[in-house]
Amino acid sequence: MTEHTLRPKLTIISDSFVDDIIEEAFAILDKVGIFVENSEAYSLLSEHGAKPIDSGNSVRGTGKLSFPKSLIEDALKSAPRTIQLYDVNGDNEINIGGDEVHFDPGSAALYIHDPSEGRIRKPVTNDLRRFIKLVNKLDNYHIQSTALISSDVPEKCGDSYRLYLALKLGFKPVITGIFEKESFSVMKDMLTSVRGSESALKEKPLAIFDACPSPPLMWSDLTSHSVIEAARAGIPSEFVSMPLTGSTAPITLSGAAVQHAAETLAGVFLAQTAQTGAPVIWGGSPSAMDLRYGTTPMGAIETMMIDMVDVAVGKKLGLPTHAYMGLSDSKGVDYQAGQESGLGIILAALSGVNVVSGPGMMDFESCQSLEKLMLDHEVCGMAYRLLNGISRRDDLMALPLLQSLPKGGHLLTNPHTLKWFREEISFPGKAIDRRARGSDKLEDLQTAEKRAQAEVERLLTEESEPYVSTDVSDELDRLMVEEIKRLGGAGLPK
Amino acid sequence: MSKPNQEIHNCILDGDAGKTKILAEKIVNAGSNPTEALQPFITAIRHAGDLFDQGEFFLPQLLLSAKAMQAAMDVMFPSSEGKSAARLSRGTVIAGTIQGDIHEIGKNLVCALLSAHGFQVVDLGADVALDRFVQETEQHKPDFLVLSALLTTTMINQKHLIDQLNDKGIRDGVKVLVGGAPVTSDWAEEIGADGYAPDASRAVALAIKLLDA
Ligand code: B1M
Repeated sequence: MTEHTLRPKLTIISDSFVDDIIEEAFAILDKVGIFVENSEAYSLLSEHGAKPIDSGNSVRGTGKLSFPKSLIEDALKSAPRTIQLYDVNGDNEINIGGDEVHFDPGSAALYIHDPSEGRIRKPVTNDLRRFIKLVNKLDNYHIQSTALISSDVPEKCGDSYRLYLALKLGFKPVITGIFEKESFSVMKDMLTSVRGSESALKEKPLAIFDACPSPPLMWSDLTSHSVIEAARAGIPSEFVSMPLTGSTAPITLSGAAVQHAAETLAGVFLAQTAQTGAPVIWGGSPSAMDLRYGTTPMGAIETMMIDMVDVAVGKKLGLPTHAYMGLSDSKGVDYQAGQESGLGIILAALSGVNVVSGPGMMDFESCQSLEKLMLDHEVCGMAYRLLNGISRRDDLMALPLLQSLPKGGHLLTNPHTLKWFREEISFPGKAIDRRARGSDKLEDLQTAEKRAQAEVERLLTEESEPYVSTDVSDELDRLMVEEIKRLGGAGLPK
Repeated sequence: MSKPNQEIHNCILDGDAGKTKILAEKIVNAGSNPTEALQPFITAIRHAGDLFDQGEFFLPQLLLSAKAMQAAMDVMFPSSEGKSAARLSRGTVIAGTIQGDIHEIGKNLVCALLSAHGFQVVDLGADVALDRFVQETEQHKPDFLVLSALLTTTMINQKHLIDQLNDKGIRDGVKVLVGGAPVTSDWAEEIGADGYAPDASRAVALAIKLLDA
């Protein structure tokens, strides 16, 4: 008998509260509107029924638009309920939707935490290489992300270069995004070269592009461009609205969630005006601002609560969901890093967030750590175990076993133990310390960071085969070299 | 502290711009020397800055205190006398997030803390065109230009601005300070800035140090 009684799930908000958030977001879109900074987006939205709010708009071709509820409702109907992603070879379908949970590392870190040098520094190509290779090895990350910004190529191609390396060295689908409008086309060309054709890329998406509205209530030139181009190419857009409580959004968690919904609904509409049926993900990276320091903590419990509400809203609307959870604001791989990331990962899993971006990241989304990525990976494993829930394996679950047990006996070699131990109990890697203590000297007791460091180095010494063909790899090189040269660089870094 | 001074102190710390303005008007109407009369206001706003540094004051309170201070300055030193206000303040600052970059929270914080420490700050906002920085610098001749950049792709505009100031021959008249998440002291040195600060408190300390130098 194998009966799953329950998939653990957590809801922190009532259904009617969610409905109220959605209704108020519709009212904001109608009454307050969204500032659209991109002229193409502005035209598309106007053509599809959005109304200018300020009379100066038509001259500039940008400005505030109001969105009647019926328009958005139609857009919601045409957006797909689930999205499938495939690896570089077009295999291993990943389904984004329902309550499926997929973790990927936090994206676009400006710095890397380097224990071997004992400091935080700007990443270079070799760091990206190591990062990508490590993600290849860590099975609980179903998706990779362009996690680090390499400082040894011209800044203007920082976005395309990280995708280039991810496609060349990694095999999992990628979450990425642009920092410059001009980058979209070369990044799309890279994805197309891996798939073979534009239609093959549409059929089997390989990457997700993050696009952040600018709080409060604006879609910027850059990110509107990304949404439109992605929709046309059949590349899923992940909207990362980031209301910052008390600063760029209401201080109340529910008020921030309403703003998030309004900004994100506008994104859904924009994508659908560019291409009906465009795949989109209801994502977010809100933050409960720390008003003592003016910082944007990702590890605050209130940040996670807003995320959970945002996701409940996305689910109610029937869209695939995303949240930036599993990160920490700590500057080191320490207790705070573990506590904040662990909490985020577990809460995200219990909330059924489809794409959870964050592992590895610390210092307010600005610094990545391979060691933390390794440790977070173990927590993701625990989260998956938790989601599998408690199964009822036997009619009588303990009685016959205990009845047959002689006094002083044990169950270590009992067939029942051997039958079930691998399924019932998960075994984390060596980064998690479960061995008996070997010494009473503190200096001999390894910290989590040290253990993770050893594991990282062990995994990185393992050989791995290239995943893309030589032809594709050469084509990626060609595209990248051309882009670097276009931006004034000499060529690929050594 | 005398009773009137205590009242000024409280109004600034309470962030009550309305009441602060009335107190400042009373001082002006009584014909007091504004330069001397400003002292208790300065003491109060610096106290607000210190409280923020100590974690006892929250950002909204600090911003309201800075607003209250500005209200007093506007009454006591109307624009025609801006120069003397500038002399009274610790120094004048023109600040903004650089062209192409709309991240503005860090820049706002730096501006608030500078104001709270007695600097006179003109905040040009975010995504400020390089030309605008040049124009404002030519026109107002501030002691400091404070340039924030949060993107690796926009940092380069800090350099372009310094180049433009050089081309116009106005670079030497102003100290250029840079900051923002991807900015480092190496970068500041590379582009020929006068200084870099990793956060708002250290931006204030840097500006004070450079003034004293
Ligand atoms: C002397 O002069 C000085 C001295 C000190 C100075 C100074 C000047 N300026 C700042 N300081 C210093 O003092 C301040 C206070 O102590 C500090 O200021 P900070 O600004 O660092 O700190 C603030 C108090 C709080 N921090 C912040 O406000 C920034 C937080 C993060 C999460 C962030 C936010 C909030 C936003 N973002 Co964006 N954002 C990120 C940020 C991650 C991070 N940790 O930096 C970063 C910077 N963003 C990034 C990205 C990619 C983007 N963002 C974008 C948009 C946004 C929002 C608009 C949504 C929002 C800003 C809202 C606003 N009104 O400001 C897009 C770009 C838009 C544009 N053209 O500018 C977009 C491109 C995303 C997209 N594709 O849609 C990443 C940068 C990557 C890169 N290549 O540089 C990023 C590191 C996040 C990430 N990991 O992806 C110090 O740096």
